[in-house]
Amino acid sequence: MSVTMADVSVNIAEQRRELPAKEHRTILFDVRDLGVSYNENRALDGVSLEIYANFVTAFIGPSGCGKSTFIRCFNRMNDLIPSAAVDGTILYHGEDLYGSQVDPVEVRKRIGMVFQKPNPFPKSIHDNVAFGPRVLGMTKGLDERIEKALQQAALWDEVKDRLKASALSLSGGQQQRLCIARCLAVEPEVILMDEPASALDPIATTRIEDLMHELKKEYTIVVVTHNMQQAARVADMTAFFSVTRGDEGQRTGILVEYDSTSKIFTQPSDSRTEDYVTGRFG
Amino acid sequence: MSAQAASPLRPSRPRGRWAGRLFGSFLVLSLLIGFLTLGALLGQVFFDGYRWVDAVLFFEPPSADPLIAGAEPAILATIYLGILLLAFTVPLGVGTAIYLEEYANRNRWYNRLLELNIQNLAAVPSIVYGILGLAFLVRGLGLGRVLLSGAMILTLLVLPTVIIAAREAIRAVPDSIRQGAYALGSTKWQVVWRQVLPAATPGIATGSILGLSRGLGETAPLLLVGALTYVSFNPTLLGDFTALPVQIYQWVARPQEEFRTLAAAGIIVLLAILLALNGFAIWIRNRYERRW
Repeated sequence: MSVTMADVSVNIAEQRRELPAKEHRTILFDVRDLGVSYNENRALDGVSLEIYANFVTAFIGPSGCGKSTFIRCFNRMNDLIPSAAVDGTILYHGEDLYGSQVDPVEVRKRIGMVFQKPNPFPKSIHDNVAFGPRVLGMTKGLDERIEKALQQAALWDEVKDRLKASALSLSGGQQQRLCIARCLAVEPEVILMDEPASALDPIATTRIEDLMHELKKEYTIVVVTHNMQQAARVADMTAFFSVTRGDEGQRTGILVEYDSTSKIFTQPSDSRTEDYVTGRFG
Repeated sequence: MSAQAASPLRPSRPRGRWAGRLFGSFLVLSLLIGFLTLGALLGQVFFDGYRWVDAVLFFEPPSADPLIAGAEPAILATIYLGILLLAFTVPLGVGTAIYLEEYANRNRWYNRLLELNIQNLAAVPSIVYGILGLAFLVRGLGLGRVLLSGAMILTLLVLPTVIIAAREAIRAVPDSIRQGAYALGSTKWQVVWRQVLPAATPGIATGSILGLSRGLGETAPLLLVGALTYVSFNPTLLGDFTALPVQIYQWVARPQEEFRTLAAAGIIVLLAILLALNGFAIWIRNRYERRW
C-alpha cells in the first residue's frame, strides 16, 4: 500500500464535514475493557471506546488485529462460536449487551450485520428481503417494506422487474446491496459491516460507500475495513487496531488509537498509527 | 543431428507415454468387466422373463401352477414396505442428522460415540439386522411375523445411510447462510427450519430415495423377521406378508423351469421399481441443484 500522508489528506479535505462537538454526540455503544478469547488464545484485549449515533465508525488495522472479532461482539455473533468467550462490557443505550437477561436474538434484531462475502439466501430477491420481517413477524405491509428497503439500498431500479428471480443471479455488487437491503428491511438501529466491499470491484465498492454516506442519516454504521482510503472516505471516527505478541508468540489485538478520521489520518498521536496509515507498515 | 530431432517440441519421453496408454487401457478394461457382466446378467433376465410380465403377474396370487401364479401380494407388500420405510426413516434420519450437525456439541464424548456408531452401523451386514429384528421386534416386543416388523427392521437397516446422506446435505449448506439468518434476528429454530432444511432438501431427498431402493431390494432380513414364501392374500399392516425379493427367492428355488422364468419376470418388475426410484432421485438432484 503506497499511500502518502499528502494523498490521504487531500481525500479527507474533499469530503470531511465538521463533526459535532463531543457534548452534542449521542453515545450509542460504550465499550469498556472488552476482550475476546478463543479457548486459551487471547484474540482481543482491553478495548474501550464510544460509538456515536448516526456516525460512521471505521475499524482499521493489519490482518489478525481482531477488528472482525471486535465488530462481532456488537451483535453477539461470537456467541455462535462455542470456543469464543467475551469479557468486559458493551453498554448499548446504557444497557449491558452481555447481561444475563439479554436475548441475543433481540440484540440482532436491532443491530444488523453485513458480511464480507455477499451471502444472499438461495431464494428469490423478494424472499431474501422478506426473510427478516417474516421471522420477526413484521408481515404487515410487507411489499411496501421490501420496496423501501431495496430503494434505500439503491437496488430497487435494477431489480423491480425481477423480484421473483433468484438472488444468486445478481452480480456480486448487487448481491451485497441486496444483503444491505435485507438488513434494512427489519429497521435496525445499527448496521455493522465487516469488510463489506472487500470482495467487490472498484465501481461496486464506490456504490457501497455512497450508500454508507446516505444511510448514516438514519442509521449508525460501524465498518471494518482493511482499505485505509475507504476508511478515510466514509468514516467520521476511525479506530486503529494493532497486534501485540505475547511471551509465547501468541497474537493479541489491541486498540491503539481512536479519534476523528481526519485526526487519525493527518495527525495521529501514536507512531504506530502513523506508520500504518502512511503505508510504512501493514 | 538433423534439425527435426533438435526441436524441443518433439516427443522425448516415449516410455512415459506408453505407461499412460497402458494405464488408460487398464481403466477401460476394469470398467468393461463390471459393465459387461452386469449387462449380460440383466440381458439374460430380461430375455428369460419379459414374456411373463403380464396381468397375471401383477394381479394374481402365487400358485402351485406356474401358469396362473402371480405376485400381487408381494408387489403390494413391497409398495407398503416402501411407504412405511419412508414414513419411518425420513423423520428419524433427518432428525438425527439435524441434531448431529446443528445441535450436538462435538466436545461431548457421547456425541462423538454416536457419530462413530452411525458410521459403523452403515457397514453392518443386513442379516445381522434380521437377527436383531427376530429377537427384538418379533419375539421381544411380541409384534409377530408381520409387515410392520419387516418395515421396522428395514428402517433400522436403511437409517444409517439416510442419516449420513442427510448430514452431508446439511453440512453442504454454507455457514454464511446460517450467519446471515442469525444476523437478522432469527432464532435457531427459524435458521434450521427456514434456511438450512430447505437448502438441504434436495440432498436429503436423494439420500432417502437411494436408501429406500436399498431397503426394498433386501431379502435376508425379511426372511428372518418372517416374510413368508407363500402368501396368497393381499398384505395388511399386522398380518403375514411376503415381499417381491422374497417371492423371487422362493420361485428361483423351485425345481420347475417355468418358476425360474416367473422369477425372471419378478426381477424385471423389482428392477423397474428400483430404477424408477433411482431415476427420480437423480431428477430431484438435477432439478434442485444449487450453486452457492
